Amino acid sequence: MATTTAVRPVMPDTAMISGTRQWSLGKVINRILFWILVVFIIFYTVFPFAWALLSSIKPNAELFTSPVVYWPSAINTTFYQFVLANGDFLLALRNSIVVSVSTVLISLALGSLCAYAMGRLQFRGKTPVMYLILSMTMFPQIAILGSLYQMIVNLGLYDRLPALIIAYLTFTLPFTVWVLANFFRAMPGELEEAAMVDGATPFQAFIRILLPLAAPGLVTTGLLAFIAAWNEYLYALTFTQTRARTVQPAIASFSGNTQFELPWGNILAASVLVTLPLVILVLIFQRKILAGLTAGAVKG
Amino acid sequence: MTQGVATAPLPQPAKPGRSYDLPQSGWMKARERLAWLLVAPSILVVVLVALYPLLQSFRLSFTNARFGSTRPELYVGFDNYARLAQDNVFISALGHTLVFTVASVAIETILGIAVALIINSNFNGRGVVRTSMLIPWAIPTVVSSQLWRFMYNQDNGVINDVLVNRLGILSSPVAWIANPSTSLSAIIAVDVWKTTPFMALLLLAGLQIIPGDVYEAATVDGASKWQQFWQITLPLLKPALLVALIFRTLDAFRVFDVVFVMKGAALDTITLAIYARQTMIDEQYLGRGAAASVFIFFCIALLVIVYSRLVRVEET
Repeated sequence: MATTTAVRPVMPDTAMISGTRQWSLGKVINRILFWILVVFIIFYTVFPFAWALLSSIKPNAELFTSPVVYWPSAINTTFYQFVLANGDFLLALRNSIVVSVSTVLISLALGSLCAYAMGRLQFRGKTPVMYLILSMTMFPQIAILGSLYQMIVNLGLYDRLPALIIAYLTFTLPFTVWVLANFFRAMPGELEEAAMVDGATPFQAFIRILLPLAAPGLVTTGLLAFIAAWNEYLYALTFTQTRARTVQPAIASFSGNTQFELPWGNILAASVLVTLPLVILVLIFQRKILAGLTAGAVKG
Repeated sequence: MTQGVATAPLPQPAKPGRSYDLPQSGWMKARERLAWLLVAPSILVVVLVALYPLLQSFRLSFTNARFGSTRPELYVGFDNYARLAQDNVFISALGHTLVFTVASVAIETILGIAVALIINSNFNGRGVVRTSMLIPWAIPTVVSSQLWRFMYNQDNGVINDVLVNRLGILSSPVAWIANPSTSLSAIIAVDVWKTTPFMALLLLAGLQIIPGDVYEAATVDGASKWQQFWQITLPLLKPALLVALIFRTLDAFRVFDVVFVMKGAALDTITLAIYARQTMIDEQYLGRGAAASVFIFFCIALLVIVYSRLVRVEET
């Protein structure tokens, strides 16, 4: 490595930005520009949510002034109180929790079985099965919206939670199968052989040995499926009206007395309430999520 | 868009169809039987709630079916498709969708590469940047659309405040969302905000598997950083870039949430997915709406085929 840096404190390598390793004026400017960029990226990604958080605790008067008041003069919790006392919103929150959790559990239960077969077992017809499941991840939701709607109405499931759970399986299940199958495939083959020697049936080998080992994969896929179900809007908007309404359409259709008088304080408070758990979850599990998101991309 | 679909990995070519030695032992036979038992529930679900409705959409697109109508549906051939071609709203929806897709994907790709390169350089605090980038991705599209609507607000939105009152770039506030000349761009900006981080993270994963000694060798050979980027980084990043492009293009082409929350079915920003839903659900023209959604399906299928060709060319 270049000797000029030896006497300096170890500085981060700006491989793509600076050409030389000498401490010229240009180098210093590069450094400063680099850090401005980094700060800008963080600011750009975080600002809208931070702004919503800040605005949701402003006194009502400061929410609608021009020029804008940036820092609230006092903390005002009335928007949160209003939202948390609002029966419609609480129902939507409960519905979202039931739908998302059910979707995750069903996806994991069915998906892990299928993924084990796809990842570990040889059987005729495996390739067509894989293509069938994969093709389901590709087509747009809108392509089945009308016929699914018709099916749901005919089954008497309109504005009921099972309608959404069924609909959400169309995108969570194929994804779960795909990621978990890769997970199972990567496990050493001796695992089942050992179980076989011990007299276990293939199913016992799966339940007792492979499934527990796949726990990290189950957490990742479960988390991603939860986020997908929690954030879904098109199906929720179309298949529900009141009693099965979930939080996304509820937030989208928050309305005031007139079209021009949106209750921004309430909208922001509700938005923060449904997003904060998600953001916290993502921050806790960020490594797992990153791994899950990029698993296919790197191999592809 | 639906996050679950967006995050679904690229189809990996299934293992070449080698013929396995037929299971001889009882254990192997049990495993083959078990395999079918295990995949059956998932296949059942996929066939019943995805494949069947999909085929049903194809069928409906050739009929005059309407919701809540007792009159028997008739086979009308390509009438629905012909009507779409003559419908100005459909044509403008197609236009908006194309503009949205090309603009947002292009901007996200360029910004995504830049951001990925910045994070890939080794500096203190890159973890913080990476974490902050997951936030736009995690926020539900409905919520982020509302947040941006709030920030775009003409009278007391923070964007107008900064541009007019703080920086003096604009002389008067702009109704970013209401004004037809800025509405689509404003919505594209929201999509760019939400998905550039995702793009950057996918590309970052691609960058991190490029071995560092390639660059050292290039430096020894006297290649400038700029040359290294074009000659080494970009070619090696191509597979990851293609995958990211596939995801983003497919997602952008079926855009619904962000546009619908900000503008409803307004004519200056209506997209194909909004048009299809509007026709099927609100106007109850199931047949014609199905034709629109089948059209979206085939556009996306075409994109998948073109992209997977590119990937294959890349591999050989």
